[in-house]
This record gives sequence, structure tokens and C-alpha cells, in this order.
Amino acid sequence: MRDTGVPGTGEALGGLRAGDIRAPEPSAAASERPGKHPLVWLETNTCHGDILSALNGRHPDFGAVLRELLDIYWTNTLMGAKGHQAVAVLEKVVVERAGEYILVVEGTVPTAAGGRYAYVGLRGNGEPWTAWDAVVELAAAARHVVAVGSCAAWGLPFGAHPNPTGSKPVSAVVDRPVINVPGCPAHPDWILGTLAHLVWYGVPELDALNRPVVFYGETIHNLCQRRHYFESGIFAEEVGEPWCLYKIGCKGPVTYADCPSRQWCGEHLNWPVGANTPCIGCTSPEFLERTAPFFEHLPDVRLPGVRVGADRIGVGAGLAAALGIGLHLAGKLLTGRLQKEWGKSLGKAGKTFRLKRK
Amino acid sequence: MAADAEKGQKIVINPTTRTVGASQIEARVEGGRVIHARCGATVFRGFELILRDRDPRDAAYITQRICGICPTAHAVAASFAVEDLAGVRPPHNGNLLRNLIFAGDMLQNHIRHFYLFAVPDYVRLPELRPLVPPPTTDYRLPRAKNERLVDSYFQAVDVSRKAYEINALLGGKAPHPHGIIPGGSSVPVTAITVLNLLSIVKSIQKFIEERMLPDVHTLAEHYPDYFEIGVRGADFLSFGLFPLDPETSEDYFPGAAVIDGRMEAVDLGEITEHLRYSHFDGEEAAHPARGETRPDPDKPGGYSWCKAPRYRGRALEGGPLAQLWARGDYRRGVSVMDRLIARSLISREVAVLMRKWLTALIPGEPVFNRYRVPESGAGVGLTGAMRGGVGHWLEVEGGRIKHYQIITPTAWNFSPHDDQGGLGPVEEALIGTPVADAEKPVEIARVLHSFDPCMSCVAHVIVLDEKEKGGQSPIFQGR
Repeated sequence: MRDTGVPGTGEALGGLRAGDIRAPEPSAAASERPGKHPLVWLETNTCHGDILSALNGRHPDFGAVLRELLDIYWTNTLMGAKGHQAVAVLEKVVVERAGEYILVVEGTVPTAAGGRYAYVGLRGNGEPWTAWDAVVELAAAARHVVAVGSCAAWGLPFGAHPNPTGSKPVSAVVDRPVINVPGCPAHPDWILGTLAHLVWYGVPELDALNRPVVFYGETIHNLCQRRHYFESGIFAEEVGEPWCLYKIGCKGPVTYADCPSRQWCGEHLNWPVGANTPCIGCTSPEFLERTAPFFEHLPDVRLPGVRVGADRIGVGAGLAAALGIGLHLAGKLLTGRLQKEWGKSLGKAGKTFRLKRK
Repeated sequence: MAADAEKGQKIVINPTTRTVGASQIEARVEGGRVIHARCGATVFRGFELILRDRDPRDAAYITQRICGICPTAHAVAASFAVEDLAGVRPPHNGNLLRNLIFAGDMLQNHIRHFYLFAVPDYVRLPELRPLVPPPTTDYRLPRAKNERLVDSYFQAVDVSRKAYEINALLGGKAPHPHGIIPGGSSVPVTAITVLNLLSIVKSIQKFIEERMLPDVHTLAEHYPDYFEIGVRGADFLSFGLFPLDPETSEDYFPGAAVIDGRMEAVDLGEITEHLRYSHFDGEEAAHPARGETRPDPDKPGGYSWCKAPRYRGRALEGGPLAQLWARGDYRRGVSVMDRLIARSLISREVAVLMRKWLTALIPGEPVFNRYRVPESGAGVGLTGAMRGGVGHWLEVEGGRIKHYQIITPTAWNFSPHDDQGGLGPVEEALIGTPVADAEKPVEIARVLHSFDPCMSCVAHVIVLDEKEKGGQSPIFQGR
């Protein structure tokens, strides 16, 4: 992982809860801010869940984003043009808006079979343009590169064992810093909020894994409304129960995201734990490789003040999980340390890693 | 037909855009009409490989990641498969809640598909990237009607988000909600949930009735030739959709195979998947449960990451038109416009159904039945996704997934040629399509988009079983 030089601690929030910050309303500030910013939204090997999630943005809605914030040259999902007419747009933007445009990549970058498991189209000369080549070329001329969704950020879940397409995260194939906005999918606010920050203020404060601290600065567990049930040892035994879901697999203790305070999706209505189902850790670099099985709990630990029995050790996330659960007691300083540990456990963060299987 | 593959002017569209996923269409045009077509999916992921050795309870969440625009269809199919395996059914409330989450996603999908993916081929949209450059100059709507459609386009973004909020309320988030799980659902029924959801569904129904249906009518009025374009025979497949009651196997939209307009009960044993023109190693057509697949991007003649599923050797079409046809609700014809009309009609029907289900919910009653995953066994889950039938075949050994097989609707609709050179449904529908401007062949795009193709869906189709598995599923025989 590249060191961004930015300490990735929750202290950066200055007492402000991540959920207090929403994607800004461009219309309110349009006259005081620079005009629309060029952007390329490149879909590689993806389910397209992230662009569909971005469309769920409420304030501003999609129309306002197009009119006032972003000048989207390319998105396979929504653009009017087709075929060579569409590809011409992409080939042009690299030259004409070089150094200006933001490149958003959604999806993993397949590298097996020379990248021939995903194409973005046919180039002007008729040659197939692999997603791998497109990411590398477009990233080289971009002002910022943003990996949206856990596929682009971590190479998972499509790069999960046995990774038949040789899928890699964006950071592993380009030679420059990549801002990671993980999630499966990423929340509309995480996507639009990061883009608005880039357009108006430049690179937001990032943690050690290059995630915007404002959205990923705290664990789900730290922000969870059901935390008091955890502390008191009141656990749900089945999905659908309103208690702490730790025992039935909640990965909140090791997952960094502000879902509990932000809520999904347009009108901020609910989130998985609010729907009585465990967090599956979809923003984690380990999703789904080490956050599954989703309904099996993390290895238990005995720590002062935590009354969780240590009846199972060795499932899933291992040491990092144990650290995660312990650290909420130890305060924000240690939270920073956890992120470092977390980073180490990944080896080179962002690289696809393999689960050892029986 | 094969000889036509070399004749005429060749038109290649890649990427097709406004599809979920990447794809290519290659058409041969002679005398201003398409005489031959090949449609290929240009992405591959290998989902069934990834599912192996995992906890079967996770399948409903993992398979949702196949597709961001119809995740709940996979969650439902996977839940059915695990329930089939474990011998459990959801309680009354759980069944209705799952129907509601699925239906909410379906409305989102149909509304987004019609407005965001299909409408730009007929309506002059504002001079805003990425809506420009436009795909055609063949815009026929008078100014006022065009303005209204543009207004609907942007409203549709808002309304489809509202449909997604049903997923958020009952499933925690969207896309990829958590509320559809084997055994039922997870959010208890309360009066306020019912009240909130009724309000949301009513507002969506209002949009469908006051916007979507009249807008489709407007297109039909000004593009009447599209009742004659994208035409093919009445060859449909529907696996059934929305269980009426967890204890019986009746569906609101019944399953059926329609061959040459004749209806029959679906016999899963009649399905084979052909490989000859797919990027997969092997030549022999096989039943999906027996087929073996090894990706081969360099296979000679291969042009798609999609296999070619056939039912008794025929290419069957799925989607709203097939679902309405099987129920006897729509039989006007099979064309671009019929598909668009069917999509809007089924949207209204689904909204009406949702209101019915909401009033049938009983606060305080259970939403989830406990179950235990057996150490070994098999299960099948079949349902009707937004664009056609989806089937999940599951086999478990030692409590872990040994084999997982998925047939997606796009595999049917968008399938390449079969072993005999027979065309897939989209390919068939393209034959005879007039092309006015080879530089901007919007007519081809209109046919393609009438099907709601989704390459994310197709991109994973790979079979990986070492052992042969029996033909028909116990659950399906009763359906």
C-alpha cells in the first residue's frame, strides 16, 4: 500500500459523526463553485450495482448531478451513443481532457488470458479494447482515479477463490494513487460525496487503505445502535431478532463504514443490522473471502467488559477480528493502530488475496 | 441461414451500451434489412467456481452479486434452492415480505430499463453528457410529447429509487438487500411498515399509470412500425413467479413453455446447453446439470461468453411478454413494441399485487422459519427474473456447496447460435430489421433493448460438476 502520509484515525472527524455529512447540494453552491467537472465512469468486470446505487442519490438527484456537478463523458450503462460512436468519445477524452478528468472505475480488472475476460468495446482501429488496457490508459491521463465498489477497490468479490478471471483491484494495475470507495455496492453518498469533494476541494483525507476517512473512519460496531446489547451480552440467535447480531455472524466489529448512522439508500431509511440481519463486511478488503460464512460469527475473545464466550476460535477473520473487537475499548489511538495491522495482514493492501482452502 | 453470414454489409456494434454489461452485435445487412445476426457477451466471471466449498446459507447473498439490477431474483432462486434442500418453507408473512422485496426490485428494474435504457433510442434528450451524442436522428415525437417524455425520464430516476427504498426498508439496503433469506425474511411486520410501504407503492403505481403506460402508448403511436420489427414466433419460457402461498406450489404468474404458440408444462429434462459458438471448451450439447465448461477465450468460432440454452432444441424467449403470455394476459403479438408494452403492463400488475400483499401481512406473526442445512443433498430454485426465468441448482456435501449451477434469463434471450446454426431469440428478432443508416443503426439497438439484455447475468455461466446429476427436480415437478 502506498503511504498517503495521512493518519487514518477517527480523530480526524473532530467529533463530527460521519453520518452528519451528506453529499453536498450543488444547486445551493453552484455559483460559488467551479463548473461541471469531466468524468469517465468505466465499467469493467462488474454487476453494475455501483452505478445503479449512485442513481439512488437523493440530494442531489441524478439530474442535478448531470446539470451541475459532473460532465460524464462515458458510462456504458446510461450513455446515448453506441458502438464506435461511443468509443470515439472515450478515445477523445483521454486526449482533450487529459489531466482534468476524474476516472471512476467500477469492477475488477481481469488479468487472466491477457485481459480477454472483459472488454469495454472496439477501438477506432477495430481492435478489441480490454478493460485492463482501458483502465491503464485512462488512469495515466486522469487527474484522479477513484475505485468505486469493493470489486474495484479490493478486487473482490469477483476475485474470490479461485479467481477464474485473475481479477485484480485497480490499485494493482495502475502506477499511481487510487482513492478507494468500497462497498457492495458503495452507498450513493460515499460515491457522490467523494466526487464532490474531489471537484470542489481536491483529495479528501484518506486512511491507510486510501479510503475517505469521513465515510470509513469508524467501524460499524463503533457506530451501531445495538452496541449496548453487545456490551450487555444480549445476542440474537436467529435473523429477525432485534438484539446484537454478533453471534449470528455480524462482521461489524471489523468493518469500516458509516452505515449505522448514514442508513440506506436515497431517503436514509434502514441498514442491514436495522433489518435484523448481520453485517457481511461488504466494505472490507476481506469481503467475501474472509467475512464469509456470513452467518458464522468471528472468533470470540475474552476482554474486560465484553461478556462474549470464547467457544469458537479460528473461523474467518482471525487476529484482525480479535483486535477489532478489543479495540473499541481502547479508544481511537488504537483504532489507528488496527488499521495499520489490517493493512499488514493484507500484505500489499488492495492486492487480491487468496483464502487457503481445505 | 449460414450462407447469409458472409453476405451483405457488415455492421458491428460494440459496446452496445445501455445494457448492464458489455456486449457486441454483428449484423449483416442486405437491401436495407438485417439478414444475419450474431450477439455476443464480452465479459466472463465464473460465479459457480466462486460458490464452491462455501456455506449454502451464503448463496442468497453471493449470487445477488451476479447482477446489480436484478439481485433479488437470484436471492429468491437461491433461497428456494436451499429451502428445497433443507425441507423448509417460509411462514405466511415471510413469503409475502420476500415477494414484496423482489417486486420492489422488479419495479425499479422495469422503470429504469424502459426510461434509462430504451427511451433514449426514441426521445431527443437534453444536450447533456452522457446523453449526447445521441444514438440517432430518427426522432419522431412532436415537441410537446418529447418534452413530456424527457420529464418522465428524469422522474423515472426518482421513482425507481423509491422502488429501491422498499428494498432498503425490508432488506436493509439496495442493491443487494439482505431481507431475502432461506426460511423467510427478517423485518417484523408492523402497522407503520405497512403504512410506509403502501404509500411508496401507491406513488409508484401512480407514476406507472399516469406516466409509463401513456408514454409507452406515445411511442407506439409514433413508432407503429415497431409492431412489425423485432418480430419472432410465440416461443416463450417462464419458470413461474411470486408464490401465492408458502405451502402450495402455485405462482401468481404460472410457469409454462410456449412453443409455436402452444402452451405446455415446463419439463426441465428438455433443456440442453450448446457450446459450439461460445467461448467454452467442448462441442457437445448437454443438460445443464451434466454439462462441463472450461473457459476458452480463443475457441475458433466462439463469439460469446454465453452458452446457448435450448428447450427441445428451440430458442425460447423470457421476460414480461413471456410471463404475461403464459398467464393469458397478453397475446397481441411478439415485437419490439409488444415487449415494451408488456413491460409496462406487468409493472402495473406488480404494483397492484404489492398493495394486495401489504394488506395481507399480519403484524406479530413470524417472518422466518428456522432450518438446518443438511450435510448432503440437492435442491433446485426456479423463479421469474425481470428478463426471464432464472434457475439455481444446488448440491451440498459435508455441509458445503459441492456444485452450483445457474441458468440466467439472459442466457436464453441473448444466446448465440446453437449446434445446428439456429439463432438465439435476440438474433432471430433482428432478422428483417430495417437499417436506414449503417453508421447509426438505431433500429438494431431498439430491438436489442426491447429484450432488456443484461450481460452481468450471462457473464458467469459456467458449469463445473464432476458428477452427473439427475434431470428433474422434485420441487419443479409440482410447479
